Amino acid sequence: MIYEQLSAPSARRTITIAARVLMALKLDGPLLVGLSLIAIFGLVVLYSASGQDMGKILRAILHLGLGTVAMLALAQVKPSSLRNAAPWLYLFGIVLLLVVDVTGHIGKGAQRWLDLGIIRFQPSEIMKLAVPMLCAWYLHERPLPPGPLALLVVAAIIVVPAALTAAQPDLGTAILITIGGGLVVVMAGLSIYIILGMLLTGVLGAWYGWHLLQDYQRNRVLTFIDPQNDPLGAGYHIIQSQIAIGSGGVFGKGWMNGSQSQLEYLPERHTDFIFAVIGEEFGLLGLVILLMLYLFVVGRAMYLTTQMQDTFGRLLASSLALTFFVYVFINTGMVSGVLPVVGVPLPLVSYGGTSMVTLLAGFGILMALYSHRKLVGS
Amino acid sequence: MASPVSIKNHHREQRLFQRRMLIATVIILLCAITLGSRLVLLQIIRHDYYLELSQGNRARIEPIPANRGLILDRNGKVLAENQAAYQLELVREQVPDLTGTLTGLAALRLIPDDEIEDIRRLVKSRRGFEGVPIRLRMSEEEIARFAVHRHQFPGVDIRTRLTRFYPQGELGVHALGYVAAIGEQDLTRIDRSAYAGTTLIGKLGVESAREKELHGTNGFREVLVNAQGRSVQKQGGLAPDLRSRAPKAGSDLILSIDLAAQQAAEEGLKGRRGAVVALDPDNGDVLVLASHPGFDPSLFGRGLTREEYTHLSTDTDRPLFNRALRGTYPPGSTVKPVIALAGLRYGAITPEEHIICPGIWFLRGYAKPFREGKSGRHGAMDMENAIAHSCDVYFYELAHRLEVDHISEFLAPFGYGKPTGIDIKGELSGILPSRAWKKQRYKNPAEKVWFPGETVNFGVGQGYLTVTPMEQAHMVATIASRGRSFKPRLVTGLKDPESGQMSIIPPLRLPDVEGIPEKDWDHVFAGMMGTIQRGTAAQAAANMSHTAYTVAGKTGTAQVVSIAANEKLDMKLEERQRDHSWFIAFAPVEAPRIALVVLVENGGFGAAAAAPIARKVLDAYLLPRGFGTPPAAAAAAPAAPASAPAPAPAKVPPARAKSPKKP
Repeated sequence: MIYEQLSAPSARRTITIAARVLMALKLDGPLLVGLSLIAIFGLVVLYSASGQDMGKILRAILHLGLGTVAMLALAQVKPSSLRNAAPWLYLFGIVLLLVVDVTGHIGKGAQRWLDLGIIRFQPSEIMKLAVPMLCAWYLHERPLPPGPLALLVVAAIIVVPAALTAAQPDLGTAILITIGGGLVVVMAGLSIYIILGMLLTGVLGAWYGWHLLQDYQRNRVLTFIDPQNDPLGAGYHIIQSQIAIGSGGVFGKGWMNGSQSQLEYLPERHTDFIFAVIGEEFGLLGLVILLMLYLFVVGRAMYLTTQMQDTFGRLLASSLALTFFVYVFINTGMVSGVLPVVGVPLPLVSYGGTSMVTLLAGFGILMALYSHRKLVGS
Repeated sequence: MASPVSIKNHHREQRLFQRRMLIATVIILLCAITLGSRLVLLQIIRHDYYLELSQGNRARIEPIPANRGLILDRNGKVLAENQAAYQLELVREQVPDLTGTLTGLAALRLIPDDEIEDIRRLVKSRRGFEGVPIRLRMSEEEIARFAVHRHQFPGVDIRTRLTRFYPQGELGVHALGYVAAIGEQDLTRIDRSAYAGTTLIGKLGVESAREKELHGTNGFREVLVNAQGRSVQKQGGLAPDLRSRAPKAGSDLILSIDLAAQQAAEEGLKGRRGAVVALDPDNGDVLVLASHPGFDPSLFGRGLTREEYTHLSTDTDRPLFNRALRGTYPPGSTVKPVIALAGLRYGAITPEEHIICPGIWFLRGYAKPFREGKSGRHGAMDMENAIAHSCDVYFYELAHRLEVDHISEFLAPFGYGKPTGIDIKGELSGILPSRAWKKQRYKNPAEKVWFPGETVNFGVGQGYLTVTPMEQAHMVATIASRGRSFKPRLVTGLKDPESGQMSIIPPLRLPDVEGIPEKDWDHVFAGMMGTIQRGTAAQAAANMSHTAYTVAGKTGTAQVVSIAANEKLDMKLEERQRDHSWFIAFAPVEAPRIALVVLVENGGFGAAAAAPIARKVLDAYLLPRGFGTPPAAAAAAPAAPASAPAPAPAKVPPARAKSPKKP
């Protein structure tokens, strides 16, 4: 459509060339544009949120670069190779998780990182990709909706890494891993009754699990229910982020003019709570634009998903697309006070290397699944 | 393929998947709507609420203390001003090793060794980025000592702040008062917010009485603060949009005090304990208010060490005690002019009537006689001479004729028995006895009765009657202005330091003393001039009669201990047991400009100690005002005594009233 509307032949030529380049690189144009816009917006906000720390900006660009490389690389991989690699990636991730858990146990403290000298990364991030991959791999050849046995196996695939991650303790990532795997099963046609049953069990389990939670986790839940309960302690994050967003109004206070963020009232303002900085400095307008970009990316990813031709591709791609939205929703919901505070970064905007690379790698896989499809089918 | 049951129905699976995608899309849209409404709620509906919260977050109101008003004397000379003082301040978060730093400062003798622990606790109790004063009022030498070693003490620096300074030192301290750290008691009666940023408050004197005017109104400014409460100039692109209000400086006070006269009074009192109060009879202006010994009020403003305070408060000379307003003493013979007036008022005597003074006076029913002072006989005395020579017998007889209640009734409008109402706090009053007073004062029925002998003592200013120097000065001023009476006042005007606008406080007139004809006043004036020219003060104030201006005066001696009639009068009593010396005077007699009282505790005979001080104060006040031009003025005195002036005796018999009551 756009192609026809453009009158200048040179522009037409440029578009054609770009389309060819993207095709050759196995990338999806609209998705790439959406992701880039989000990333650029993220850098602009990060400059303000980090207190004009150019060092952080450069590192964030580096993370983006690494993520782009991962995306490019994964986009070249054939879906069948991806499918075959799934069990190995999963095993590799489990081993790393065990290593982290053991060293963490020895070091007596929260341990999420694996220090490789030059780079530190969180093995749990690998599981965000490996779990849905293995689930899709397992269900690929099974008849859908999955039978009871298949469900048990899938449950084990999900629970083991989630438990290992939760033991670090990193409840946020554990939940995200569970969601990533769970979405595969749901998309595979898990019975509505089972979903409802699990929700019910979840509620009962939450009631029981309350006693198993760490104090800081309980605090997060309590504080979510009533932030004023502990305004200077656990509720501080939520109160300050709501003040930041609310005081931004429709048009915001202007870039680098947010008093909440600039004067350090807003905690974790360049990582998990960067959404509040956008709300304060760019107002409702900025937030809506960002959310639109996210919805565009998710929508495009879902469209690509519907073009998949095999079960593995459909399940994995849909899980990646929906998980991306879940990330967005959990983070924005938490920052705006709709959901409890769980440590989930805002995709592509929050400062932090591992999650950036994982996300872009996920989109690389998605593009690979799409661009390598056989063009004979539908 | 692997197992027989696994018949994959691709078509059905795809439909199932597409249905799920549809559901997912709906859920995603629902989530987006939820989020969107939440944002609308926060950013549009509750926007004002959160905006206010964020405003409160970022700005802290910091007070700007107003400059305290100056205090000036009646000629515009500065009595109190604000001066920069140096203090050592420590910012904890900049100090790498707090204990080491404090020990190092102690080694340089900048802070006392035994206060290290206290200072450490003080510093710890404040926020890390706040400057905490750890040493006040540094001397130049200490500043120099610190400056040399400054590099060893990061986080410690010298700061200046305004503190109250009294350029005249001790001069007039009992009128001025002082400023000191705001105490717990002050906090209960002041508006704390008005004193935010101020550490000092007026105590005593006009500093306290006019605290409200002197203090002014604090300003404020909003300071950008970050989450740790640290003030920041500007962070990032955050443009400060902050409110502020300039402070309104306190008003300058114009006092009625005359610095030169005050100086003369305090110099005269040097080495003694006593008080001088001088009033302007025309309006009640307090020209001199001196109580000696005093103290340097600047010490309080800069912070008094414990040692200094102990020294001040335990000194047996009681420098903190305001004798002028709070010391009550029997007035002795200085009350006689008023008794004489009472006699005339009630027709108990005429000015011309002579009473024979044999040096002794008997009261019916009293075995022991009432004695004249040390020497003895005055012979025939009319009123003027009786005042001039302070003849006790004359006033024994007069008081006896008058009766106690007439005397106290007459004395009351002169200001006895109740505070004069001077415009500073802390004034006490003496006792004006009467039958009613005694009845109320004593519980024992036998003591409730007023005895005639007590009236006799009253007549010479002994017994129950006591006055403060301020009350006595008020009495003298009332005589000097022939019955007109004004409330004494220290503050005559307020000046706005910004606009320079003056507001004058008008004098407050009190009820007149009525029923005394001009000629009766003349007789009393003549008697009091006689005191100076030929009477009890003639020798001690020898030069006084030669000055250009005319002076009326009266000596007085207030007993400290009673001496039995048969005991030998020893003038070399222990210093503390010697009588208090009084002298009252006003001048020039024709049109009095100044009325004054001098009291010297344990000064002995009135004229000896007190009169020379009075002379100095009169000179200091009158000479610069054109009364110093040579002798002619004295001759022109219209109120010159009508009676034949008796030649001044070489040795004047001192007037000593002896109460024979007690053994």
